[in-house]
Amino acid sequence: MEATIPSTGESAQVATEPEQPKVKISIQNVYKIFGKNPEKARELLEQGMDKDEILDGTGQVVGVADASFDVHEGETVVVMGLSGSGKSTLIRCVNRLIEPTFGKIYIDDQDITELSIDDLRALRREKFGMVFQSFALFPHKTVVENASYGLEIQGVDRETRFQKAEEALALVGLKGWGAYYPENLSGGMKQRVGLARALAVEPDVLLMDEAFSALDPLIRTDMQDELLSLETQVQKTILFITHDLDEALKMGDRIVLMKDGGIEQIGTAEEILTQPATEYVAKFVANVDVTKVLTAEDVMKKPQPVAFVKDGPRTALRKMREAGLSGIFVVKQSNWELLGHVTAERAVEAAKKADKWLDEITSRDECATVPPDEPVRNIFPLVAENNNPVAVMDEQHRLRGIVVRGSVLAALAEREGGDTQ
Amino acid sequence: MMGDIIPRIPLAGWIDAFLNWLTGAIAGVTRAIAALMRVGIGRLEDGLLWPPEWVIVILIGLLGWRFGGRKVALGSALGMVFIWNLGLWEPTMSTIALVVLATLIAMLLGLPIGILGGLYETIYQILRPILDFMQTMPAFVYLIPAIPFFGLGAVSALFSTVIFSIPPVIRLTSLGIRQIDRELIEASDAFGSTTMQKLIKVQIPLAKPTIMAGVNQTIMLALSMVVIAAMIGAGGLGGEVWRAIQRLRPGQGFEAGIAVVVVAMILDRITQKIGAASKAV
Ligand SMILES: Nc1ncnc2c1ncn2[C@@H]1O[C@H](COP(=O)(O)OP(=O)(O)OP(=O)(O)O)[C@@H](O)[C@H]1O
Ligand SMILES: [Mg+2]
Repeated sequence: MEATIPSTGESAQVATEPEQPKVKISIQNVYKIFGKNPEKARELLEQGMDKDEILDGTGQVVGVADASFDVHEGETVVVMGLSGSGKSTLIRCVNRLIEPTFGKIYIDDQDITELSIDDLRALRREKFGMVFQSFALFPHKTVVENASYGLEIQGVDRETRFQKAEEALALVGLKGWGAYYPENLSGGMKQRVGLARALAVEPDVLLMDEAFSALDPLIRTDMQDELLSLETQVQKTILFITHDLDEALKMGDRIVLMKDGGIEQIGTAEEILTQPATEYVAKFVANVDVTKVLTAEDVMKKPQPVAFVKDGPRTALRKMREAGLSGIFVVKQSNWELLGHVTAERAVEAAKKADKWLDEITSRDECATVPPDEPVRNIFPLVAENNNPVAVMDEQHRLRGIVVRGSVLAALAEREGGDTQ
Repeated sequence: MMGDIIPRIPLAGWIDAFLNWLTGAIAGVTRAIAALMRVGIGRLEDGLLWPPEWVIVILIGLLGWRFGGRKVALGSALGMVFIWNLGLWEPTMSTIALVVLATLIAMLLGLPIGILGGLYETIYQILRPILDFMQTMPAFVYLIPAIPFFGLGAVSALFSTVIFSIPPVIRLTSLGIRQIDRELIEASDAFGSTTMQKLIKVQIPLAKPTIMAGVNQTIMLALSMVVIAAMIGAGGLGGEVWRAIQRLRPGQGFEAGIAVVVVAMILDRITQKIGAASKAV
C-alpha cells in the first residue's frame, strides 16, 4: 500500500532514479513560410523583422517561425495563441499535412521530413490520430463507418474494423449510434465521433486542432473531462490546440504559447502564470483567475520552525518566540508526520503545570489540512476562517508546508506585479 | 478599311487547311469510329423500337417512379403517351437513342477529365478557358467540322453533340471535387489514405451531387444539340421540325417542337432526381 503512494520530492532522490520519459515528438527549428521566397523571409526573421513587416515587404506569409520543443511520451502539450499565430500550421507540420519549409521533426527519433510519400503514409496510419475543429466527419458515411475510416484505409476487414470502431464509440459514450449519419447528431456528438475515429486506430499520438472549440460550454467541459479520463485509461501523447486559456490550463501538462508564428514561452501552467517570459505572455494570461490554477504547493511556505513531541512546552515556546509565532505545528521528528498544532497560550499553561511533553496540549483539529494539489481558491476561505495557518499534508500525512494568509496574497501579488511591469 | 493598313489574317484559310490535313491524316481512324458509332446508334434505335410502345411507356414510368416518385412517374408516362398519340414515336426514339449515346460518351470522356481537373490545379487552369470557349461557341458551329470527318448523318450528329454537351460534366465534376471542405481532405490524408482511396472513398462520393448536376446539364445540352443536328441529317424530332420548316407547315413543326419539350422535361426530372437522391446515399 505504502509503496504505491507517489513519492515526494525528498524521497524521489532516494528511490531508484525514475526513468526520464522518452521524447515522442521533437520539433526542431521548424519554419513554415507561405510564398515563393522562403529563404528571404527567414533571413528577415533572423534580422528581427516581424510577420507583418515581412508580409508588407516581401509578400511572404510567415506561418511558423523557428519553433522548437519536445513532447514526451504520454504528455499532453497544449498549443495556444491568437488567431493566425500559426497553431494549425504547426500541428499540421507534425504529420506533414503541411510541409515544413525548414527544420526537422522527429517522431520516435525518426526524421519525418525526410520520409518518402509512401513511408509517410505508413507513418500516418501507424502512429497518428487527428481530430479537427469542425469535426470533418464524412457526411456520406454512417457514424460507425466514419469511426472505422482509418482502419478501412489500412485494409482491415469490415467485421473487425466495425467492432473496433464500436469499441471506440463506446469509449466516447456513443454506444448504439453507429448506424446514424453525422447529420443526425448534435455538435458534441459529432465531436465525439471525430475523437472515436482518431482513437479507433489506436494511435500513439493524438493531434487535436481546436477539437473542442465548436462546442457549447457544458458539452465542452464534458468532453474535456472525458479526454482527461481517457488519457488515464490509454496513455497517449497529445498535441492539443486551443484558443481558450482555461482549457489550456486544464488539459495541458505543458503549454506552448505562440505569437506570429514564433514560440513565446513553453512551460507548465504555473510557470506561464507566475513567471511570464515576455510582456506578451503576461498580457495573454492577465485575465486568468490564478486562484483556479495555483495550488497549495505553489503558495506554501516552509514549515519552520516546527516543534517535536519530545520538545517540552518550554522549547516550543522558545521556538515560537524566536520566530515571532503565536502557534506551532507539532510533528514526529523521524518522518515529519503531522501530529497537530499548539498555541502559545496553551504552551504557557503547560509550562506552568510543568508538563513534560506536548501531546496533552496538541490539538488535531485546530488547523485545517489540505493536500498539496488543492487549488488556492479553496484555501482562501480556510485561511480567512481562523487565524491559524493551513497545513499542507501529503498522502503519508507528512507536513509539506504551511499556507498563511500572507503567502497566498504574496503569490498573487507577485503575479500582479508581473502584469503591470 | 482595316484591310488597307494591315493585311487580313487568313484565319478561315488556315482552319480549312488544318481540317483538310487532319481529315486526311486520320481518315482511317475516323472511318473506324464512324462505323462503330453507326452500329451503336442503329442497335440502340432498334432496341427502343423493337418492343411495343406501351412497354417503353411503362419502362419510362418506372424510371420516373424509381428516381422521382409518383408525380414524376405519372407525368413521364403521360408525356410518352402524348407523343405516341401525336404519331411521333419513331423520331422520338431515334432522338432519345442519340441523346443517351451522346451522354454516355460525354460521361465516359468527361468524368475522368473532370476528376483530373478537380485534383490538379494546373489541369483545371488549362481546362477552364477551353470550357469557356466551348460553351460560348454557337451550337451549330460544331456541326461544320464533323462533316468532313464523318459525312452527313447520325454519326456526325453524335460527334458534334458529344463535343457540344461535354463541358458541363467536365466543369461540374472538377468543381464538385474542388469544393470539398479542406478539412475533409485533410482528415482523409491524416489517416494515411492513398490518392486512389481518397478519390473513391471520399472525393467522388462527396462530389456526386455536383457531378450529377453536371450530367443533367449535359443531357439537356445533348438534347438541344441533337435537335439542331437535324441540319446535318440527324433525323429524329429535329428532323421533323426541319422538314416542317422547309415545307412551311408550322402546325407540324410545333407538334415536333412540343414533343422535344416533353422529352426534355422527362429527361430533366428523372436525372435531376438521380442527382438529388444520391445526396442522401
Ligand atoms: N495555405 C496558406 N497560404 C498562405 N497563408 C497561410 C496558409 N495557411 C495559413 N496561412 C497563414 O499562416 C498563418 C498561421 O495560420 P494558422 O491557420 O496556422 O493560424 P492559427 O493559429 O491556427 O489560427 P486560428 O486560431 O484562427 O485557427 C496565418 O497568417 C495564415 O494566414
Ligand atoms: Mg487554426
